[in-house]
Amino acid sequence: MKIGVVTFPGSLDDVDARRAVTLAGAEPVRLWHGDDHLGGVDAVVLPGGFSYGDYLRCGAIARFSPVMGAVVDAANDGLPVLGICNGFQILCESHLLPGALIRNDSRRFVCRDQRLRVDNASTVWTSDYSAGQEVVIVLKNGEGGYVADNATLDRLEGEGQIVARYLDTNPNGSMRDIAGVSNERGNVMGLMPHPEHAVDPLCGAGTDGLGFFTSVLGQLAAHH
Amino acid sequence: MARVVVDVMLKPEILDPQGKAVHGALPRLGFDGVRDVRQGKRFELELDGDVTEDRLVEVRRVAETLLSNPVIENYAVRVEPS
Repeated sequence: MKIGVVTFPGSLDDVDARRAVTLAGAEPVRLWHGDDHLGGVDAVVLPGGFSYGDYLRCGAIARFSPVMGAVVDAANDGLPVLGICNGFQILCESHLLPGALIRNDSRRFVCRDQRLRVDNASTVWTSDYSAGQEVVIVLKNGEGGYVADNATLDRLEGEGQIVARYLDTNPNGSMRDIAGVSNERGNVMGLMPHPEHAVDPLCGAGTDGLGFFTSVLGQLAAHH
Repeated sequence: MARVVVDVMLKPEILDPQGKAVHGALPRLGFDGVRDVRQGKRFELELDGDVTEDRLVEVRRVAETLLSNPVIENYAVRVEPS
């Protein structure tokens, strides 16, 4: 199983994402922002960082990179796509996910071990969790406040597209404590916390993040 | 050559932490009586040739797709007098 990890100019967490893919048991494939194809991968991860220096808006320039044209087409055909932090911002800018991410209400960059609840464990990226499961995943962002209009938020709640929520503290002012959302079909998911940093007991708060990567492998294997 | 200006502002209902930070600094500088501050962006587009209605349609498309995110922002286009 091959999982592509895109590197944009300014990506930071592409190496950790590839490592998480390896630890989950898949083969990571390096994809470059200038590629106009995905090299036959079975899923794609858009990693965290500051693509194109966060110029204009986070993810706004990355959206128009050649590789994103291929990602949007493939996602619309059902390819599993996970956007982490800056990747989440890119997915919102690309209109693959509803809503937008704005500057933290605290005006501070937040870096902490964040408790989350997985609300929907039936997406391709969360099937190795149980619904309602509480996990601890590293969070680090300056512009992680999820916003959408009330009608959209109600629809997301109703359709189970709110995949994960913050517990204890809302770190960035996200509406309805949203930490992650999926598209209607469930193959595209954006997550503000960083599961790729929570895959090895040696560093970080634990290995709760590995499940996002093993979930998609299990789902892909079941459908192959 | 003509200059077209695109102003982009967060929608009124979207929280603007940067504007709030600026607002919070005003009393420290001795400025009173400012009820609120909202921060936006201004883009100046230098166009080749004259501004026609067709060009303005294009500029609005640029404003909508790249310069602003319609989920959280409004934009306004105006032609700068030469």
